Amino acid sequence: MRHGVARFVTGFLALPVALYLFYVVWPFAQAAGYSLTDWGGYSDSQHFVGLDNYVRLLSDELIRKAFWHNVFFLVTVPLFTIALALFLAFLLNVGGREDRAGIRGVLGSGLYKVIFFFPQVLSLVVIAVMWQQIYRTDEQGLINGLLIKIGLVDPQNPIAFTADPEPFLGIPAVLWWLLLIAVWSGAGFYMVLFSAAMQSIPKDIYEAAILDGAGRFHTFFKVTLPLLRDTISVAWVYLGFIALDMYALVFVMTPSQGGPNHASEIFASVIQFNAFQKGQFGYACAIAVALAIFTILLAALQLRITRRDRIEF
Amino acid sequence: MSVTPEKPGDVSRRSLLQRAAAAGLLVTPAAGLLSACAGSEPSKSNDNGGTKSKDNPFGAKDGSAVKVVIFNGGLGDQWAKEDKVLFNAKHANITVNMSSTQKIKTEEQPKMATQPSDLIMNSGADIMDRATLINEGAIEPLDDLLTAPAWDSEGTVADSLLPGTVADGTQNGKFYVVNVAFTVWGNWYNAALFKKEGWQAPTTWDEFFALAPKIKAKGMAPYVHDAVHGYYPRWALMASIWKSVGKQAVIDIDNLKDGAWKVDGVLKALEPWEKLVKDKLLLPGKLDHTQSQQAWLDGKAAFIQVGTWLKNEMAATIPPGFELTLSDYWSNAGDKAAKDVMASSGEGFVVPSKAPNKEAAKEFLRAILSKAGSAKFAELTKSLASTKGSGDNVQDSALASANALMKNGTSDLISFRFPDFYADLAKESENLSEELMAGRLTAQQFIDKMQAAADKVAKDSSVKKQTRTA
Repeated sequence: MRHGVARFVTGFLALPVALYLFYVVWPFAQAAGYSLTDWGGYSDSQHFVGLDNYVRLLSDELIRKAFWHNVFFLVTVPLFTIALALFLAFLLNVGGREDRAGIRGVLGSGLYKVIFFFPQVLSLVVIAVMWQQIYRTDEQGLINGLLIKIGLVDPQNPIAFTADPEPFLGIPAVLWWLLLIAVWSGAGFYMVLFSAAMQSIPKDIYEAAILDGAGRFHTFFKVTLPLLRDTISVAWVYLGFIALDMYALVFVMTPSQGGPNHASEIFASVIQFNAFQKGQFGYACAIAVALAIFTILLAALQLRITRRDRIEF
Repeated sequence: MSVTPEKPGDVSRRSLLQRAAAAGLLVTPAAGLLSACAGSEPSKSNDNGGTKSKDNPFGAKDGSAVKVVIFNGGLGDQWAKEDKVLFNAKHANITVNMSSTQKIKTEEQPKMATQPSDLIMNSGADIMDRATLINEGAIEPLDDLLTAPAWDSEGTVADSLLPGTVADGTQNGKFYVVNVAFTVWGNWYNAALFKKEGWQAPTTWDEFFALAPKIKAKGMAPYVHDAVHGYYPRWALMASIWKSVGKQAVIDIDNLKDGAWKVDGVLKALEPWEKLVKDKLLLPGKLDHTQSQQAWLDGKAAFIQVGTWLKNEMAATIPPGFELTLSDYWSNAGDKAAKDVMASSGEGFVVPSKAPNKEAAKEFLRAILSKAGSAKFAELTKSLASTKGSGDNVQDSALASANALMKNGTSDLISFRFPDFYADLAKESENLSEELMAGRLTAQQFIDKMQAAADKVAKDSSVKKQTRTA
């Protein structure tokens, strides 16, 4: 009988596993293979160069720059997205008035849920194109036009948004403007995720807290947040991956894809430049492999730090 | 510069697939792309081709098919369909499978090592890097096309081409890239407006700086340019440098010669640009190519610097009575080559080394470069073809002013090759051109940084060096 079950399961899994191995795992292995060659991407001739590409990577100024920009996103994207998503989810689920029916969200929370979630159904490229219009750098831009009309911005000197490399808090302005889009487009999804998690927290815990005289502030920090720990931890890892990518936004929104003057260069844009513009696929693969290793380490570390006993309810 | 400047449509629209391809390196390392190169078998060439004759100099085989890929950008693709008709009139039994796209690299690169198309118009922003194609042996030298008889005129194909076209397509002594369009660059203005205001189009920087206050007084910005794609201002900067220091100095720059950027005259060439920015003569905002061109058409700026594809690109929104007129880049007193015009052939076709039907591909090129084909090209695109006399019978102010500019110029055409030769230097020069035009670099700082970037490439042993002789 047990034997039959194993065969049954294997029968179902064989095909997907084979497809997965062929289309996902094998290309990974291939990329790692190419990272040890000087392949240019257009021919079928390549030479084995050992770890040369990796040695070169360590002294590449552009990669160092890209690394720090990715680190910036790695810190800020999860932080701001989760903070905003938590805030919205709290308001929509338990932020409203209390009555006999228990705790509920603020008025019209159903509608807000749809609105906040909406960016999630748009492709990132569509979002980027839309924000190009919002960020347009003359008086026809949504933000510039508005601010010029009410006199807050000098029409002779409009906001340059993603064409602005000047540092703000030590970070090029263009990165902050990209961050705003990333947070705007990501917060909705995590709001829904946190909402679902909040709804699974038994209402009696809240009622008990309220009976004990806890206000909104305390219910959030002493009840909601600790019980959402697992969900937030997962969200943090996901958002970490997004922060290490950011490619679509940089590619569509910034001058010279990573500009102005390398101010928004990230791993993905450096890979793209080396592979597709410079014709150094081998080197680009090495960067990609290094990024993959970095990502996996980061995820492992992240899950390790946040691991602790689960509360069952 | 033989690589096309064409920048039609938005980066955004083109970027989707490319993004997918590059993102694939991160997520699933571009499965098809990479596996394409593993153990591929070279496709068999058409050995037993048809018989060669004056009307079929390459022996293109009846009953074969040829796959032609057209870049459907600022010039559209209707002209290519006309060439197909022309081709089939002579070779009724060769099937032409023509497709058009804006994503040349995204769609064609993965096939290059295995089953490429026969003839590819390698153009647009999503372009396959030319130096890499040649260094990797991925495209075919086409010297036999040049010596073949022209399709419908006396002499060889080479005889029928405008000066510079062969040189533009040549690398390492071999002819690889067949540029079919001829582009002239300069400062555009609206002749109707200038007439109405009684302004004289300047030819020197001094005249421009004298005129600028009058333009400003009318509530117009004197100048605008694409401030998002650094290669737009780079054309203007390089043209100024050439005019100031002459051809040999630019050849030295292309050849990464020691101190080439620091010779006398380069600074003088760039100082007016620095002044233009400092005196706030630019339209505020960092507009891209179509935004800046529309702003110019809307009368927000008097001059815009761009190439002759402008009219076709903006055809839909040119206001009635607007006379697009091209004038030469401005020069300084004492410039060594003030009269040289910046022009080059562009929109390059390449034949992949592994193309299954190279004979028919070359034959199709002969049709594109024919008198009849190039005349249709000029008529449909309002741009000159690289075949002589293409624009003779087209009535159009933009085309006529470009023609006149070419006739007044010397026989030397302004050109620079370092962006084609070295991707690193291409990127740095784009970035630094943007910085100079944003006022974040002075002319002197620009020169110092370009010299440093050139020195870095010269020292980099992983970069294959190219040489420009003429």
